Amino acid sequence: MAAQPIRFFQTGTHVVGNRLLDPADRSVQADEHRFNSLTSGHRACQGCGEALGARYVLDAAMRATGGQVVVVNATGCLEVFSTPYPETAWRLPWLHSLFGNAPAVATGVAAALHAQGRDDVRVVAQAGDGGTVDIGFGALSGMFERGDDVLFVCYDNEAYMNTGVQRSGATPPAAATTTTPAVGPAPGAPFGQGKDLPRLAMAHEIPYVATATVADLRDLEAKVTRAMGIHGPRYLHVLVPCPLGWGSASRDTIRLARLARDTALFPVFEAEFGEVTAVSMLRERRPVREYLEPQGRYAHLFGDPGRPDLVAGIQTLADRNVRRYGLMEEH
Amino acid sequence: MDEPFAITLDVGSSLANHTGTWRTERPVYLDRTPPCSAACPAGEQIQRWLYDAEDGGYEAAWRTIMRANPFPAVTGRVCYHPCESACNRGELDTEVGIHSVERFLGDEAVRAGWTPDPVATATGRRVLVVGAGPSGLSAAHHLARLGHAVTVRDAQPQPGGMMRYGIPAYRLPRDVIDAEITRILALGVTLETGTTVDDVEAAAREFDAVYLAVGAQLGHRTAIPAGDGARILDAVALLHDVAAGQPPALGRRVVVYGGGDTALDAARSARRLGATDPLVVYRRTHDRMPAHDAELAQAVEEGVTVRWLSTVAHADAETITVERMELDERGFPQPTGEFEDLAADTLVLALGQDVDSSALTGVPGMLDEAGLVRTGPDFATARPGVFAGGDAVAGERTVTTAIGNGAQAAARIDAYLRGVPLKTPPLPPPATFDLLNTVYYSDAPASVRPRLDLARRVSTFDEIEGGLDADTALFEARRCLSCGTCFECDNCYGMCPDNAITKLGPGLRFTIDYDYCKGCGICVAECPAGAITLEPEES
Repeated sequence: MAAQPIRFFQTGTHVVGNRLLDPADRSVQADEHRFNSLTSGHRACQGCGEALGARYVLDAAMRATGGQVVVVNATGCLEVFSTPYPETAWRLPWLHSLFGNAPAVATGVAAALHAQGRDDVRVVAQAGDGGTVDIGFGALSGMFERGDDVLFVCYDNEAYMNTGVQRSGATPPAAATTTTPAVGPAPGAPFGQGKDLPRLAMAHEIPYVATATVADLRDLEAKVTRAMGIHGPRYLHVLVPCPLGWGSASRDTIRLARLARDTALFPVFEAEFGEVTAVSMLRERRPVREYLEPQGRYAHLFGDPGRPDLVAGIQTLADRNVRRYGLMEEH
Repeated sequence: MDEPFAITLDVGSSLANHTGTWRTERPVYLDRTPPCSAACPAGEQIQRWLYDAEDGGYEAAWRTIMRANPFPAVTGRVCYHPCESACNRGELDTEVGIHSVERFLGDEAVRAGWTPDPVATATGRRVLVVGAGPSGLSAAHHLARLGHAVTVRDAQPQPGGMMRYGIPAYRLPRDVIDAEITRILALGVTLETGTTVDDVEAAAREFDAVYLAVGAQLGHRTAIPAGDGARILDAVALLHDVAAGQPPALGRRVVVYGGGDTALDAARSARRLGATDPLVVYRRTHDRMPAHDAELAQAVEEGVTVRWLSTVAHADAETITVERMELDERGFPQPTGEFEDLAADTLVLALGQDVDSSALTGVPGMLDEAGLVRTGPDFATARPGVFAGGDAVAGERTVTTAIGNGAQAAARIDAYLRGVPLKTPPLPPPATFDLLNTVYYSDAPASVRPRLDLARRVSTFDEIEGGLDADTALFEARRCLSCGTCFECDNCYGMCPDNAITKLGPGLRFTIDYDYCKGCGICVAECPAGAITLEPEES
């Protein structure tokens, strides 16, 4: 579609749908006949960001490929809540093997399809942050390095939630988990540890790396659509708030994802072959305090006396993201 | 059982698992009362017609207005738009230009010749409306549409009341009044102009019901000590004579005494009739002036000056004497004994208006102490079957209030004639700004209406404000936040982690599947309009 100035549409593309937009310009999720890759009755907690993120990603992938998708799932919340034997909430071909081997299984599925001449069928592998940054990382790095034709999606809720909220390599500094309790001089997860998987993926110089949140549906769908138009290894990292593990209200899932972006704690960008090519500029920048305070896992930072030094430390991380990715207009 | 090795159960779907049982609170859709509609004196469902206009459905939008107000082209010009003062968008950037969109729709209807919805079956009941002003004609419109035979009588040669004889043409062109009145008469309303109703009791016996909308047409009299040759007019008579095409000679130096919109209308009319620098004398301060700020600003632009904290003590042939006032601690002006003479050819009094009650004095209990027609909240007077509204009863004296009175009284007269109680459903809870999730709305500054240049404003009675073009009106309508009312943005549908919301299609909104809704509240939190609420589940 040729670029043309969009007429004022009340909410523009900020909302899911918008009746005033041409149907072709509406989101996949606004379609009353959308595929619903993950259907009702799954056992995710109230307000689960991961259930939402998985449906967003896979519905967009289904539309982009004309319904030709096979999904490989690592162990984790997403696997457990969707498939208690013998039920399944998936409405597309779906495989689960082990916690750490989803990237390797996906490689095998892609190779098998290729051997059968079914290159029209595309492979999406998905895992939580534990399965991606810790347990499955060796297999994932291999998948990137070999150049396998798989989109790997990490739904990052920043800890091992399903097993009882243990710290993972994606748990942010100062966040309390059951293995990094809010005690002692440095409460919560330590500063200076953990892995920044989008940047590790970029270091493999694969064709496409992107980050997204469940708060910006259009952006997420556009990135999935883009990724499905590329062959070779691709990586998508989606921030999915977890009311259980974050100690937040179930209704605040979207709001927290939006604040993670607007505070710059979670930079939203795209990269091709190791270089950042696009970033989501901050529409209105928020201080990190607004994001941290509604979350029980940061409760020890606030109140009397609280830990303003640690809040300032987290703000420093946000400031670095603004500089690193150029999230603000230059003045 | 013919299962593969080590498999004992058939594949099942998660749909068998009704997660709705987890819920402790349930989301429920509701329409709240948007602040614009709550503030509208004419009772318009403003959010609803802006919604119609947003996708270019101008005729549908106009029909929605017409269900409350048969004069959108008039009120789109002269209403003081309390809707815009109440608009939640004012807290975001600037309020929606509701008034401008209403005018656009009103003008579009006249241009395209849209006609009101069909009239109901004739009831055989006859209603007399006394006064062909905005209130009387509004009542006539609604009563006629309900199937009653309506006769309107008015003492003036032309219908319109204060719209024609009180509001100057530069604010309300005559062809606009004519077009909207013609449309009402086309419903089958009988109009008898030049006819004075001087016996209400007799009229009440002749008709099944009477609506008194006689207005407040008499300039309030105040005795100003005056010498020989002092020329003193009252503002109502001045505006009437200008409207009737017989403007009086005023001279170059005109002083208007009073602080309401009528005082400003008189001063601005005098400016157009050749007064070089009209002066308004008002006894209190700017912040206490009853005139609307926009009117004052336009008057000042046109060369009208205001002398605050002053009263007129004496009038002579060439001069008037004013006394400086001071406000006491309660805010009342008190004399200071300091006088000053000002040159003046004419003094115009604009000190309020009274009801001409000569036709009502024979009916006991009809008037209150202030000389207004006494009515209850149902617009009924002391005489059964006689109702009253508009400027003649206590309340705000604006065209829009008069129109609203007419519509509400018509509903009550209809109920009276049918012998059934009027059912008015209670208003849903208000849609306050804090219920909105404004991150979803695009930034959009308000659009402005073109204005006639100043040179022509001070020399002619041409209309000052232009209308919006179709593109701008559409833009302005789309600035509406749809407070408290679903506008089908799909957020609830798209953001439910449990697919528990079904989209029913354009105009049909959504429904919640409580078999699967876990009650997380995301739909409530992310609804831009605050049109979903959480209610506790019964335990």
